[in-house]
Amino acid sequence: MNELLNLLKQNALETPENLAKMLDMPVDEVRAKIAEYEKEGVIRAYQAVVNEEKLDASLVTTVIEVKVTPESEGGFDRIADRISRFPEVDSVFLMSGGFDLLLFIKGRTMQEAFGFVSKTLSTMPGVTSTDTHFMMKTYKQNGILMHTGEDDERLKVSP
Amino acid sequence: MNGSKSLHSKIAKIVRDIPRSGIRDFFDIVSSREDVISLGIGEPDFVTPWHIREAATMALDRGLTSYTSNMGLLSLRRGIAQYVGKKTGIEYDPHEEVLVTVGVSEGLDLAVRALIEPGDEVLYHEPSYVSYNPLIQFAYGVPVAIQTKKENGFRLTRQDLEENVSEKSKVLLLNYPNNPTGAILSKADVEDIAAFAIERDLIVLTDEIYDELTYDREHYSIISVPGMRERTIYLHGFSKAWAMTGWRMGFTCAPPELTEAMMKIHQYTMLCAPILSQEASVEALKNAETDIGMMKAEYKKRRNYIHGSFEEMGIPCIRPEGAFYAFADISRFGMTAKEFALKLLDEQNVACVPGTAFGACGEGFIRCSYATSLDEIKEAMVRIARFIEKL
Repeated sequence: MNELLNLLKQNALETPENLAKMLDMPVDEVRAKIAEYEKEGVIRAYQAVVNEEKLDASLVTTVIEVKVTPESEGGFDRIADRISRFPEVDSVFLMSGGFDLLLFIKGRTMQEAFGFVSKTLSTMPGVTSTDTHFMMKTYKQNGILMHTGEDDERLKVSP
Repeated sequence: MNGSKSLHSKIAKIVRDIPRSGIRDFFDIVSSREDVISLGIGEPDFVTPWHIREAATMALDRGLTSYTSNMGLLSLRRGIAQYVGKKTGIEYDPHEEVLVTVGVSEGLDLAVRALIEPGDEVLYHEPSYVSYNPLIQFAYGVPVAIQTKKENGFRLTRQDLEENVSEKSKVLLLNYPNNPTGAILSKADVEDIAAFAIERDLIVLTDEIYDELTYDREHYSIISVPGMRERTIYLHGFSKAWAMTGWRMGFTCAPPELTEAMMKIHQYTMLCAPILSQEASVEALKNAETDIGMMKAEYKKRRNYIHGSFEEMGIPCIRPEGAFYAFADISRFGMTAKEFALKLLDEQNVACVPGTAFGACGEGFIRCSYATSLDEIKEAMVRIARFIEKL
């Protein structure tokens, strides 16, 4: 059934009729399966992949490596959850290696992101250090190339 | 007599007498138009996987710009022998049974020229790839086209063979998975054909360029049938499954005597395949399973879509089990395949290839390639539906 999810990951706007055709299965079955995925939380949301650079006022993405002290109960989960709930925080991952949490922050300006790091994040109990990077350019996101792909140079008819 | 006429008379009769490919005529018409959605393209829409391109770049950086052994790089021949062994269970010696060619096209030319004497008959099945018939004629052989039938799902049957074989038959040329019909053979079909070839002492040339691209069941090679390795030239290449058409890389696997015979022609005409393409192919054999799987999954989804769409429109089309073509039956519209294709192009800007480009028995069919993005296929299907509504 992963095939259905793969198709939706490529294009969430695909109609159930088209999905059914591609998967060679009844359309009702496709609809039921999607509803089930949504109910069970396998599908969390449907979003557009936006090329921010094409917009006049694009968002600034900040990537922050955070070291934290795990708690005796709950480990990293509690603090990660607290951080996740801030609306400016886009993504949070627990990492192996030289730091613990990797954060992606979206803001309108660098100042806004800096404000979040200096005032909110660094002062949070359990956070021992932060290392902040600003994202310069997106080449590929969610498997999608952000610049135009190769042109189709093939002959229009060939044997 | 003007100059061009006298030049024309100097061209060898055998070349003069062979008509231009129907595909080329159609290509000229399509090329003169803008914004055509083309379902007429016989090559993958994917670009060669990145790591394979990198391998070629690195080979260039290392200064690999020389000739190679006539047979091809030994590392590549070893890779090929291993690949074929894994696919078919048949072992070939990379030193004297594997030959690297410039595409399967060259391999076929070598095979036909190595075997055919003037007047020898070559059995092949139609609808077929466009070059089989001319290649046989260029070698002064006699092409005997066996018409496969829609009722049989375009599979070649023993009965078809029996109806066409003669005392002069020397070679049987097979191409499954098939271009243009998308047909594949079952193991039983292959065993029947093999038994026939052995009874009639035929040499078999098997063009298995699409062997990776089957969607419902595995392809079964005729070389896997006991007794066939000894009388078969197996032809394959990197163009389709690895999306490497422009690299021009093919290979043959055959017993030493046959390989040596093909090698004689190859060394005096081609010398060797380009070294950068060979280096890229070494990488292709090592690390491309994931890429092939990804492309295959994409083709399967499109196959289902295009086949489902034709069914909805009431255009009969056998379910293509291999390659990347749907061969749709448009005979009920009372037009020839060429008329249908031209009118469709004219009215809806969709290009597909008339079945007659692949032999006379392709009349009443159009070949629609699904080596095109799903978005384009969707739009093409909408346009075809609109087109037939008005007929």
